[in-house]
Amino acid sequence: MTEPLLRVEDLRVTFELKRAGDMPWTKPRLLHAVSGVNFELFPGETLGVVGESGCGKSTLARALIQMVPATGRAVWQGKTDLLSLSRREMLKYRADIQMVFQDPLASLNPRMTVGQIIAEPLKVHKPDLDREEVKTRVKKMMDRVGLLPNQINRYPHEFSGGQCQRIGIARALIVEPKLLICDEPVSALDVSIQAQVINLLAELQRDLGLAMIFIAHDLSVVKHISDRVMVLYLGREMEVATSRDLYAEPQHPYTQALLSAVPIPDPVAERAKVMIPLEGDLPSPLSPPSGCVFRTRCPRAEARCADKVPELTLGDHGVACHFPGPMIGARRAVEPA
Amino acid sequence: MVVDTIKMKSLSDRLAAEEVKGRSLWADARHRFLRNKAAVVGLVILFLIGLFAIFGNYVAAWSNEELDFSVMGQVADLGGPSLSNGHYFGTDDLGRDLFARTVQGTRISLMVGIVGSLIAVVVGTLYGATAGYVGGRVDNIMMRTVDILMSIPYMFVLILLLVMFGRSIAMLFIGIGLISWLDMSRIVRGQTLSLKHKEFIEAAQATGVPSFTIIWRHIVPNLLGVVAVYATLLVPLMILTESFISFLGLGVQEPLTSWGALISEGAGTINYGTLWQLAFPLFFFIITLFAFFFVGDGLRDALDPKDR
Amino acid sequence: MALLEVRDLGVSFATPDGTVNAVNGVNFTLDKGETLGIVGESGSGKSQLSFAIMGLLAKNGRATGSVMFDGREILNAPPHVINPIRANKIAMVFQDPMTSLNPYMRVADQMAEVLIHHKGMGKSEAVQEAVHMLDAVKIPDAKGRVGLYPHEFSGGMRQRVMIAMSLLCRPELLIADEPTTALDVTVQAQIMTLLADLQRDFGMATILITHDLGVVAGFCEDVLVLYGGQVMEQSPVDPLFQTPTHPYTRGLLRAIPRVDHEGEDLDSIPGSPPNMTNAPRGCPFAPRCDFAADDCRDHLAALTEFAPDRWRACNRTLEELA
Repeated sequence: MTEPLLRVEDLRVTFELKRAGDMPWTKPRLLHAVSGVNFELFPGETLGVVGESGCGKSTLARALIQMVPATGRAVWQGKTDLLSLSRREMLKYRADIQMVFQDPLASLNPRMTVGQIIAEPLKVHKPDLDREEVKTRVKKMMDRVGLLPNQINRYPHEFSGGQCQRIGIARALIVEPKLLICDEPVSALDVSIQAQVINLLAELQRDLGLAMIFIAHDLSVVKHISDRVMVLYLGREMEVATSRDLYAEPQHPYTQALLSAVPIPDPVAERAKVMIPLEGDLPSPLSPPSGCVFRTRCPRAEARCADKVPELTLGDHGVACHFPGPMIGARRAVEPA
Repeated sequence: MVVDTIKMKSLSDRLAAEEVKGRSLWADARHRFLRNKAAVVGLVILFLIGLFAIFGNYVAAWSNEELDFSVMGQVADLGGPSLSNGHYFGTDDLGRDLFARTVQGTRISLMVGIVGSLIAVVVGTLYGATAGYVGGRVDNIMMRTVDILMSIPYMFVLILLLVMFGRSIAMLFIGIGLISWLDMSRIVRGQTLSLKHKEFIEAAQATGVPSFTIIWRHIVPNLLGVVAVYATLLVPLMILTESFISFLGLGVQEPLTSWGALISEGAGTINYGTLWQLAFPLFFFIITLFAFFFVGDGLRDALDPKDR
Repeated sequence: MALLEVRDLGVSFATPDGTVNAVNGVNFTLDKGETLGIVGESGSGKSQLSFAIMGLLAKNGRATGSVMFDGREILNAPPHVINPIRANKIAMVFQDPMTSLNPYMRVADQMAEVLIHHKGMGKSEAVQEAVHMLDAVKIPDAKGRVGLYPHEFSGGMRQRVMIAMSLLCRPELLIADEPTTALDVTVQAQIMTLLADLQRDFGMATILITHDLGVVAGFCEDVLVLYGGQVMEQSPVDPLFQTPTHPYTRGLLRAIPRVDHEGEDLDSIPGSPPNMTNAPRGCPFAPRCDFAADDCRDHLAALTEFAPDRWRACNRTLEELA
């Protein structure tokens, strides 16, 4: 078995919140944004991370590249624990892990030309390259992501949203990373543009052998691009499985509810769909429910759910639930081939 | 293979294609600015006043220090503006050529305004951007320092400085420089805070761009719009401050002069029928302030079209 | 007589760079209790269309054509005609409820104000009605929460408050402009279910403006597909999704990843939506269309009824597209 590119063990991110007017010695309130996430990511693999807003999916990504402080371990290529590195040591690995952001225009500095934007990571990580070489590489990369290389001197506001996201992707790929973290890369784009960017990402991943962590709230997009999918709720892993298994046979009631809520662009299928409505709101992450965090909205919750935190089961299809099982009375979303 | 060579060729073609020129936000802003008539007129006026300050001396028939003994004592009758004796703007109470004096006053006043706002731009921007970007305790200490400095009644301190160390141009610059950057640093800090959470800053942090480079390459260029507007509006404020001090008789020292000093002198003799001694310096003073305000407004509209 | 009859509605804006035609020649009728979905991407003009109906266009906007509500012309109508209708008969729900709720007023006061103002109710009666309406939108413990400020509600609850508020005067027409775009899927499902229930209970006509074809499929009876300010296709919902007849609608449906299908490659539509300040002549979709010919870049065919209740605007015939 090959060595995983990244092995994350018990990753936790806790924010200390100070209220305005608190005295300096007041104990801050703790917000557990991510609590005890484990996963492995192999070279060339895509891990989809889904969950609703506030589930900690973006924080998870930022923790991996030390943009928010985290505890636990994130072992890179079986050797280095990224979380224990100092800022200076981390710099070496930043070239290997690059990120694509949600808002295509806001993630580009409006005062810089496309050439300068894409070249920036090169300047940090390969300062020895001469100007001409940088320019050639930038142009080749622009061509690779489907931008005309002769547009190198243009500014971000002269491009459409989809093109801006291509610029963001080019910037991430110019230093030849091994892992690409995409944080909601298509959710700000028009429907007809989303497919372009998804296809581009899938193609680049295939050609360059990239590993990818694909974060999104849109389950259909994640399903399309991911090999494995992890479902988060209030900073905890609910279910993780191969994309096929997770969508065809979800075991966790939260995953099932989430899937049933996705609108299907087909009136007939949409009418036939069995909905599992979730009652109420997301509990405050400042005071999560005891035991299983999902129990307050879970149709299967029983007494023991409040007492004991369910462990994620081991194996290919991990479920963190005391009463896992297929959807009750539901037809399968995907007919087996 | 054939296909591949074709593919390769088209790639090299694409790479070699002539680069399209981009249109930066600055170019857009310039375009919008030039469409704003009031602002352009303001800019032209400022340009003319600049020319007046630089080349005025070559036009003047008299130097600013010479006393014209032929009009002395009868300034009200003989010292009026006239082309024949070379006193285009008339003379002051001592018989000095008011044209030459106005040229000199313009120079000093503009210098005070521009130096004051330059200090504000450089110190205020760097100070505010650093405080805002670094944040946390550093921000707290830096901004509380600004608060303390701001709570000192600056006019009082300025007057005290001038009285204690004597009246000199250098002292005036120091005094005005000390206070001018405070507001600027606050404005810049606020802007930096909102920029800091933009995704492009996060993107730079994620690839490991050093903090100073982020401030310099990403934050400062995006602040320049606000800074430029505020600086243009600061120049007239600085001129006003200087004029006020000079009006009190504490500003620049004779034989140097400034608009404030000239206006003060002119106002002092207004009852003796020498209205021109007030009118000329006041005219320059007012149109300059107006021009700066128009240009500042034009810049704001041009740089931030959403606010219109 | 139809409740709402829109004829040849156009919206244009005067900008420093010339006139921008945001919407052109939209026609539809809506009866009591019917639902119409208006689907489009950014720049399609879908929001401007609803603003025009409500008379809420920006100052530089101009609406042409005719909008008859209950047999009365309301487009460009004077305030004394449009205001009572806008207050009592038509309600609107927006994407971001926070922008339409006053953050400094208790929900009870905001809701009561509407009733006191428009229905002449007394204060206590109005608050009672507000609680009743919050109950109707299934806000748990409505009585206890009516005294809260808007920011004390979660995003989904805030949208419910917004909907409750829009329903206070029992409108006959509800225009919902991207009501669930800012919400999570599970909350979106709750809100859409709620809207469907309310629509049935109150018998309102509803216009749902959205970019999400999935939401339209679940909620609407008729669909109007807008692109670049032009109606591309207009049809009842079932046939539209089963046999889309416009290259744009087809492309859109193929470009959406689906949870209920195994992942085949997505057929993306090349290019970007048109920039309306610089709209192309002819069919706005022509630059991205596989079937475009020279005539498409010159003019767009008028919207024609090719089957009962089904309309399309395309220069290519159905056979040519097959």
